Amino acid sequence: MRETKWWAWHMIAGIVIFVLLGLHMLITHFDDILGWFNVLGPSHAIEWENVVARAQNIFFAVTYVILLIAALFHGFYGARTIICEMNIGVGARKFVDVLFWLVGLALLIVGTWAAIASMAIKG
Amino acid sequence: MANKIQVPSDVIFTIRRYDPDNDTAPHYEDYKVHVDPGLTVLDGLHLIRENQDPTLSWRYSCRMGVCGSCGMLVNGRAMLACNNQILDISKRRLLIAPLPNFDIIKDLVPDLGSMFEKHQSIHPFLIRESDKEEMENPTGEYNQSEEELVRYLQFSYCIRCGCCMAACPTLATDDKYLGPMPLAQGYRWNADTRDEGFDRRRPIAGDTHSAYRCHYAGECSNVCPKGVDPARAIQLLKKQLVKDYFHLMKKGPGCQSQSSRTGSERNPKIPDPPPFTVEQT
Amino acid sequence: MAEGKHYPNKLGIAGWAFRGRWGVDRYLYTLHRITGLGLLLYFLIHIIVTTSRAYGPEAWGQWMDTFAHSWIGYGEYLVFLAFAFHAFNGVRLVILELFGGVGKPIEPIYPYKTSLNTQRPLMVLIILVIVVVVLVGSYDFFVHTKPLFQ
Repeated sequence: MRETKWWAWHMIAGIVIFVLLGLHMLITHFDDILGWFNVLGPSHAIEWENVVARAQNIFFAVTYVILLIAALFHGFYGARTIICEMNIGVGARKFVDVLFWLVGLALLIVGTWAAIASMAIKG
Repeated sequence: MANKIQVPSDVIFTIRRYDPDNDTAPHYEDYKVHVDPGLTVLDGLHLIRENQDPTLSWRYSCRMGVCGSCGMLVNGRAMLACNNQILDISKRRLLIAPLPNFDIIKDLVPDLGSMFEKHQSIHPFLIRESDKEEMENPTGEYNQSEEELVRYLQFSYCIRCGCCMAACPTLATDDKYLGPMPLAQGYRWNADTRDEGFDRRRPIAGDTHSAYRCHYAGECSNVCPKGVDPARAIQLLKKQLVKDYFHLMKKGPGCQSQSSRTGSERNPKIPDPPPFTVEQT
Repeated sequence: MAEGKHYPNKLGIAGWAFRGRWGVDRYLYTLHRITGLGLLLYFLIHIIVTTSRAYGPEAWGQWMDTFAHSWIGYGEYLVFLAFAFHAFNGVRLVILELFGGVGKPIEPIYPYKTSLNTQRPLMVLIILVIVVVVLVGSYDFFVHTKPLFQ
């Protein structure tokens, strides 16, 4: 039953990522053409002004955190699947599980802190 | 493909041989066989055994594609030897090897024990506990309508040949993975309206090395000689398990025995069963 | 059970990618795995890099200067390709595995049509979508952004 739960959320996370990461791709790569999101008219999304504008926008902050959670879960569950299909022992499998949980949670904390902290920076 | 005109030719059979008493590892041996139109791979193996090398070993039985004994890898594809004509596959060379993902016992004979053990673990039989009285003293049939039958008919045609297990990429690396055949059979029983064993199969089918280790490479359905389509069964099984997890599964009315539906009684002309010959515990 | 030395005969990781005459779906599965791992690796680095925006424009600018080389641009283009494939193939997998895209069971009549035939239209559509997305993204990357010609 546990595996059912994880796999079901893996699929749901995949769909969430499809939507949010698609949006992210549009902003970072296509906005030079589209000009929908950036502050200074059609310009590179990674220029500092645009980064600050997005960081202080609550919509972007929240969706970045949701994307972070979904992508970390989806990615680490996928990597765990690949590793567990390679006939490793029970102890190794537990080690991989624990390692991925720890690294995943650490990265989640780092990323969420960055999202919150960058709301306060000056442009 | 089977409509092209076949011309008699000399085909080289390159066969992976392994003698457990003498060899340390398998090796390939070549045999040249004159092939007439219409001969199957099985016929070719027989010709080799009769005329060239009597020690060649492989499993076969019905020679008509219903027993599932002669599964082997021919030119890189898992298939039944009796079901495929040599000249349809190649006019020059056939590379024959035992089914991969199983241990080799000798020559082209794989050890299918692991497949049957996994199959047993999925409880591939009708589990019905709600009407014990009917099971002990049957009074009528459990009828199936067309719609109820077609839900699992396709998956019941499995002949347990092992070709799907050989073609599956997950089984290539994962020993514990149940495999397409047991999972498809698990779904076959889950989808049967007469069966009530979903709860017993759920922990096994939803386990770490079970239905979710299938990633729809589709090779099992590609090679199945009977059109069983295990890939479809496994995806439907996953859908069933997830629906059940989210408590969205509609419990159907199940299938009641004919007598309980129509109120008829057991035909008095049917004789009683003979007494048990084995101690009943 | 037969005694004697049984010889192990598993395909191993080679069985994920080659060693047989397989259909397209098998290779889509292999590519999905490879792109998934590639994306995960990029993602871990991406988190570390983008957290620098919390430290102000100098830290951010420093990272961006490190990434000003053109071969990094190539790397990001590969990530985009991997994302295009993995995302749309993933959508196809969700439809097949969760929403019954494999079709309903039928009575098998020779020549057999399997779920692979049922999902072929969806697979072709998804591949076309991937090609279109890759073309548009490639235009943006090589013509508009020009990371090569800095």
